[in-house]
Amino acid sequence: MTAVDINDSAPVTVAEILEKRGEQVAQQWADLPLFRTVYTSGRDASVGAAHRLVEVLAEVARNDRLDDSSAPGFDRVRPHLGQMVAARSHAGASLAQITSEVSELKTPLMSIIDRELGDRGSNAAPMAAVELMGTLRVVVMEIALSEGAEVIDRQRQQLLELSTPVIKLWNRVVAVPLIGTLDSARTQVVMETLLQTIVDQDAAMAILDITGVPMVDTVVAQYLLKTAMAVRLMGSECVISGIRPQIAQTIVQLGIDLGDITTRATLADALAWALEKSGVTVVGEV
Amino acid sequence: MSPGDVTRLQIGNDVQIAGARQAVREAAVAAGFSLVEQTKIVTAASELARNTLVHGGGGHMELEVVTISSGKGIRLTFVDSGPGIPDVDTALSDGFTTGSGLGLGLGGARRLVQEFSIDSTPGGGTTVTAVSWARAGQRVPR
Amino acid sequence: MSSESGGERISVLRMGDVLIAAIQQELTDQAALALQQDLTEMAAAGARGVIIDISGVEIVDSFLARILSEIAAATSMLAGRTVVAGMRPSVAITLVEMGLSLRGLHTARSLEGAMTLLGNLRDQAGR
Repeated sequence: MTAVDINDSAPVTVAEILEKRGEQVAQQWADLPLFRTVYTSGRDASVGAAHRLVEVLAEVARNDRLDDSSAPGFDRVRPHLGQMVAARSHAGASLAQITSEVSELKTPLMSIIDRELGDRGSNAAPMAAVELMGTLRVVVMEIALSEGAEVIDRQRQQLLELSTPVIKLWNRVVAVPLIGTLDSARTQVVMETLLQTIVDQDAAMAILDITGVPMVDTVVAQYLLKTAMAVRLMGSECVISGIRPQIAQTIVQLGIDLGDITTRATLADALAWALEKSGVTVVGEV
Repeated sequence: MSPGDVTRLQIGNDVQIAGARQAVREAAVAAGFSLVEQTKIVTAASELARNTLVHGGGGHMELEVVTISSGKGIRLTFVDSGPGIPDVDTALSDGFTTGSGLGLGLGGARRLVQEFSIDSTPGGGTTVTAVSWARAGQRVPR
Repeated sequence: MSSESGGERISVLRMGDVLIAAIQQELTDQAALALQQDLTEMAAAGARGVIIDISGVEIVDSFLARILSEIAAATSMLAGRTVVAGMRPSVAITLVEMGLSLRGLHTARSLEGAMTLLGNLRDQAGR
């Protein structure tokens, strides 16, 4: 096998070594936890994945982009790196651990480079290789961070939706128990969820229960009004229930005009009203 | 559209108002706006485009996708060289129910977007800028 | 019977003395005005109820909202009623956010609901 030409530039030298000794590098990487625990279907898959990474690194080095995490060569492996990060963090590895596993990839590569160059040349090529692996680490960190951010966003959304259930009380009657302080994110979710449920269930009546809302101010009142108006625009009726005496007082004092929106003191009263409106006769006490 | 690209559309008739709506819709979808967020910004664009036509005598809309760390947004700029708005405050306060048909629609549009500004001088034309961000209510501060 | 403007066609069906207009696409201002004119003329010619199905409409701005209100006002003056059916949640949310509650406009979740409502309204009015 021809020796690598030490008169080439350091990046080109690194690229050539990666191309020439790629198989060796891949075989060693395939046994490291980063690949081994991810490609569980068999060692071949692990080796294949390691090979892919070696090729990409060689390409990035050849294009002299070893310090650039946005080098186009990396795009080819971004999805795979993403899968690796996801699999590793799913298995409980922290971001710090994952990035240190990526750093570990350097070791087999450096000894292969050492062996290939022997005593020839400066340490420009090894330094270039270190830089390249450092850039790979940055790429992985970028992927992990954006993954994490997405997970947080998704979980937050799920939490919002879970904490504002729309309950079917009766045929065509739904209720939303509003609980706690109503921040703008939650009020948006409630409104959207309620209206969509009205469509899905063809609900003629919607009960907004504010028993669990500790304080009603102008903002909350405006939100209730908006929600009731939106329900009406869609062709259904809205009742606001759970209006405690203190809340009623506050509303009057604030000069809030609930207009012609129906209100009831308790959820039970609201249900009774809704049933009567629906033409349902209740035998016995409600 | 990539961030930084600015699309410019003429607003000279009602067909072009519809065209502006369509362009904003496509940009909003591409920028990851939820359905309700899309509806709000497209409706705002419709209001402002009509205002440009009816009150400003025609003009153009500039559509730009903007990026910040937590995602993408859309900036709309409506420019006309019409009579200008003498009293911006009045125009912003529910001017669209005036019987004279001078429905400016500005107050409604303002409530649908996150950032809003009007630059207008009597006889000197009007520029209205509106910006909305995707997933605005749910952005996790980073 | 149809209302046409600039190539857009809004089909208006007549069922007995009820007119049903299904808006299946976004309207230009001209098309909306043409629809308003046609519905008003037809109502004047004898229709007692108008149902406007907007389940296919993604954007209702203040212009369209005003036209719907005006159609309702016109039919009311002509001893009839207008019902707007099938408003989408995103449209409803946007309208109330703008401050347009369109109070006084009769609404229904569906075409069937609208027909029922028209019947009820007629009974209530004793006409």
